[in-house]
Amino acid sequence: MTETFVSYSLIAVYSAMAIYTLAFVMFAIDLARRSAESSDAAAAASTGLSSASVRATTVMAASAARSSSAGTTTLTADDAPRTATDAVRATSPKYLRLAMALTVIAWVLHVSAVVFRGVAANRVPWANMFEFTLTATALIVGVFLVVQFWQDLRFLGSFIVGFALLALGVGTSSFYVDVVPLPPALQSAWLVIHVFVASLSTGFFALAAGLSIVQLMQARREAGKAVKLRFLDTLPPAERLETLAYRLTVVGFVMWTFTLIAGAVWAERAWGRYWGWDTKEVWTFIIWTIFAGYIHARATRGWRGSRSAWLAIVGFAAIVFNFTVVNLFFKGLHAYSGL
Amino acid sequence: MDAPVAQQGKIQQPKLGFVGYARFFWRQLTSMRTALFLLLLLAVAAIPGSLVPQISSDPNGVIAYRRNNPDSAAILDFFQVFNTFTSVWFSAIYLLLFISLVGCVLPRTKHHFDALRARPPKTPARLSRLEGFTTRTTKADAATVVESARRLLRSQRYRTEIYGDSVSAERGYLRETGNLVFHSALVGVLLAVGLGGGFGYTGQRVVVEGYAFSNSLASYDSFNPGRFFTDDALEPFTIALDSFKPIYEQSNRKAIGQAVDYTAYVTTTMKGESAQTARIKVNEPLSVGGTNAYLLGNGYAPVLTVRDAEDNVVWSQPTACLPFDANLGSTCVIKIPDGLDQQIGMLGFLYPTTGTLNSGALVSVYPDLVAPTLTLEVYQGDLGLDNGQGTNAYALNTDSLQQIAGRTSDAETVRLNPGDRVDLPNGLGSVELASIPRFVSLDVHHDPSQLPVLIFAILVVAGLVTSLFVPRRRMWVSARTDKSGTTTIEYAALARGDDPNLETAVSEFADKHSQQLTVRVDS
Repeated sequence: MTETFVSYSLIAVYSAMAIYTLAFVMFAIDLARRSAESSDAAAAASTGLSSASVRATTVMAASAARSSSAGTTTLTADDAPRTATDAVRATSPKYLRLAMALTVIAWVLHVSAVVFRGVAANRVPWANMFEFTLTATALIVGVFLVVQFWQDLRFLGSFIVGFALLALGVGTSSFYVDVVPLPPALQSAWLVIHVFVASLSTGFFALAAGLSIVQLMQARREAGKAVKLRFLDTLPPAERLETLAYRLTVVGFVMWTFTLIAGAVWAERAWGRYWGWDTKEVWTFIIWTIFAGYIHARATRGWRGSRSAWLAIVGFAAIVFNFTVVNLFFKGLHAYSGL
Repeated sequence: MDAPVAQQGKIQQPKLGFVGYARFFWRQLTSMRTALFLLLLLAVAAIPGSLVPQISSDPNGVIAYRRNNPDSAAILDFFQVFNTFTSVWFSAIYLLLFISLVGCVLPRTKHHFDALRARPPKTPARLSRLEGFTTRTTKADAATVVESARRLLRSQRYRTEIYGDSVSAERGYLRETGNLVFHSALVGVLLAVGLGGGFGYTGQRVVVEGYAFSNSLASYDSFNPGRFFTDDALEPFTIALDSFKPIYEQSNRKAIGQAVDYTAYVTTTMKGESAQTARIKVNEPLSVGGTNAYLLGNGYAPVLTVRDAEDNVVWSQPTACLPFDANLGSTCVIKIPDGLDQQIGMLGFLYPTTGTLNSGALVSVYPDLVAPTLTLEVYQGDLGLDNGQGTNAYALNTDSLQQIAGRTSDAETVRLNPGDRVDLPNGLGSVELASIPRFVSLDVHHDPSQLPVLIFAILVVAGLVTSLFVPRRRMWVSARTDKSGTTTIEYAALARGDDPNLETAVSEFADKHSQQLTVRVDS
């Protein structure tokens, strides 16, 4: 019975990866389209039309597109696209919508792979590195999808889906282990809580890192430096990106704080001490400190903007490092990779 | 009479300088930029502690590192890298950081305390310059408008103050309170760990089935007292291991022999109380008085009975063997200093379920005691126990010993199954494998800092959540009635800190307020 569910899980995850690949291609095409259309707008401006008139026409096009697509949307003064390039975004989100639809389908398959694995193992499906990769990527994509209800961050699709695809590729090929029973040290309710919250927070940090990368590129462009990526014209300005990254990071930070404390409580039960500078504890602390630094950087003169963006990126890199290099090559008590 | 003047000058000059410098350094230290720098430095400084084994968490790793890299170990020792987290430089960073933090939190606490008692500030002259500015009109007069706005603001938990035809309101003081609680609680965690931890202790003890140990200094195999530890802290109790029951996976072919459960059944006795039975599992420590006992390891402790040539028993006791693989293949070291003609040392290998490799070497294929074998290489000579120096009970130094049974001697390695009795070479006597009980290694911890640290940690989270998600904002409502009797109401707000919903909050308030006014005017 176990093996049946394990194979269901694998079929589901491989299918999800195939569809994620398609979604990734669509997200990439969408970025290319943004680049092309933003060039067209620029070309139009250079052939004698004032940029204002370009703005006006595209805005009209945009409003037409919006009301036709959304049906009930009425544009108010506040709601109107502020730049010509915003309008470009609205004119033809065909590839983008396709990419999002594919991502949703892939994600449903991905989640079912997680559920099948859990049923096969008869426990939470995050007790070794393969299972952790499977579940954490599902949470990262899940956060990406849910966040769309709050803000349109679909432009991060290629980053998030690309990251998930890469992680799943490494996870299924290099980290795969068969279902085995939980060792006594992992038999605790804290496995459910501590690990789940830790992976959920990576979802927020991943999105924030994506936003910070775009923010850095956008800041370069706004500073007048030559940036070849024309699609940046269609994305929010650096300051807006920074605000969004900040709001996602603080959510992730609260969860990471909780992870750290829950881990300490669990360590006290399992190992007899709540904090012992085990390698994984050290890195959890380092990551916490980096993001604490990020939050403070925003309130520090000279650190707002690009510098704090780098901290968000370094913080996410440290998380990936903590999960891969620390798990595989550092000696410590968190030796649950199963490899 | 020149001298006192000169002295005075000498004294005064540096004194002023000192205060000046102190003030300068204090300003620098408590600046946000320095705090941020120290915070990031702390993250970087922690990295070596994960790269190099630490004496606190991995003492054997440190020993191995010193053996393999004596040159770099000397350099690392100089920089205290094997003790990264108690090193001078790491401590310097976090102490400076916490001083900086306290220097920042104290004035902010005073400022916040003042703000809590102060009234909301005067309404700005031009609300239109502020965020979320919006207007509504009504037929009600200005005083009614202002009074109803005040009531509505109050019901939304704003503090209000009326200034002429306007009301000024502020809410979200909890944001700053949370911020201060968060930072103070971090200081609390540090103090609790530093002070409370000093009164605690940890001790390790191997207990064999059927044996007991008492909570006293002498009975521990290893013991780490805190800085302020006194013997009084050891509560008088005994723990006896009645039995240890592991469960190994038998059905899942991918994990045969993997441990799925460990349970130690124990009997505890507090001084002057009756004995109680209890159990200890890996995630379920046993609480005895104010002390916890944790189940951290287990293995086999074969009981060997050694007799001399006249058949007198000179040795009969269990020896805990250190497991070296997942199937509990273990090494045993037995030292018999007295009773025989020569001092005897034995190096043993225990295979709980014996299998044979193609090379003929023995191997354990399953951790449970299905077909156990104990092999012994026997040495005679000087065990090195008599010079008063402590030796490692789990290692046999063969420098001044001669092998009398084993690979490099005439007699073959002794091989025993339970109940077997074999004569030792040279007419020394005999050795018998009487039984193979199990042992557990228990960690006994007493840490008075636990509860305070937990409380502070909860305060950290509570403070963090309120300081990040409670919006602090000011809102103003101002009314102006023109000659025709129409009152124009202006609404605007100011965010203090990150406040994503500010504009929505203003427009929703304006809608609700003007709706209330309409209802009132109509009725």
